[in-house]
Amino acid sequence: MQSPMEQFEIKRLLAFHIGSLDASYTNSALWMTVAVLIAFFVFVLGMQRKALVPGRLQSVAEMGYEFVAGMVRDNVGDQGKKYFPFILTLFVFILLCNLLGLVPYSFTPTSHIIVTFAMALVVFTGVTIIGFIKHGAHFLSFFVPKGVPLWLLVILVPIEVISYFVRPFSLSIRLFANMLAGHTMLKVFGGFVVMLGILAGWAPLAFIVALTGLELLIAFLQAYVFTILTCLYLNDAIHLH
Amino acid sequence: MDASAAKLIGAGLATIALAGVGVGIGNIFGSFVQGALRNPEAAPRVFGNVLLGFALTEAVALFALVIAFMILFVF
Repeated sequence: MQSPMEQFEIKRLLAFHIGSLDASYTNSALWMTVAVLIAFFVFVLGMQRKALVPGRLQSVAEMGYEFVAGMVRDNVGDQGKKYFPFILTLFVFILLCNLLGLVPYSFTPTSHIIVTFAMALVVFTGVTIIGFIKHGAHFLSFFVPKGVPLWLLVILVPIEVISYFVRPFSLSIRLFANMLAGHTMLKVFGGFVVMLGILAGWAPLAFIVALTGLELLIAFLQAYVFTILTCLYLNDAIHLH
Repeated sequence: MDASAAKLIGAGLATIALAGVGVGIGNIFGSFVQGALRNPEAAPRVFGNVLLGFALTEAVALFALVIAFMILFVF
């Protein structure tokens, strides 16, 4: 039987190299393209008619927009409006990557640490730059908690600095590990169905159905968590605690 | 001790983190039910936060899983 980890294998579909750099079009890139195309289809074609009473596709686009707009409004405030397009893009891309991964025989781009880490690093670098542009050197006061005696600051400041630099790691590992664990678990139980055969195989099969429902929830929840933490980090950088 | 045996023991030890995560997730939903019984009208408003807390706590369990996988397959 095939190993449950085999689904995460990256295959080259179109091989080409730029110098010594391997820039092949892989199955990961293929599913990212599909996610972007679906997002384009829903948001651009769905909003083309601009009907007052929205149709099905337009409702989906409007609900997604409203959901993320509310998230930015509640967590960052008015100053976050400038960054709304980036956060909406992030949310839709992660959500579609997660959901498309649940289609049988597909590939989940977000189950690879390098994909999620790249996104988390963009968020982290961007937020830090925004903080420095807005507050200049005063941004460093973010690492010094207010109303704390001096002897305690010696311990607290390094902790604050470390917890700030750990952010991109925790943000990326959270998404990647959720996708990895969920899909591995589905495949392990799929293996049980095959092993137990017709007589007892229905029990793990029923469990897979329930698990797929949970995975749908997790796929949405992790996209939500990633974006809401981005909002919170942005809020920290703009308002300093 | 054989290196592969030590790997298996290490991966098993990495799952101890699940004890804390079990307490955490139980605490989140237990507190939610307790709060929801006292003030049922406020319950739907905090349910989003409950799911957020659940996802953040579950991620800790998955960090342990990643460590177990690293012990088993990377080294």
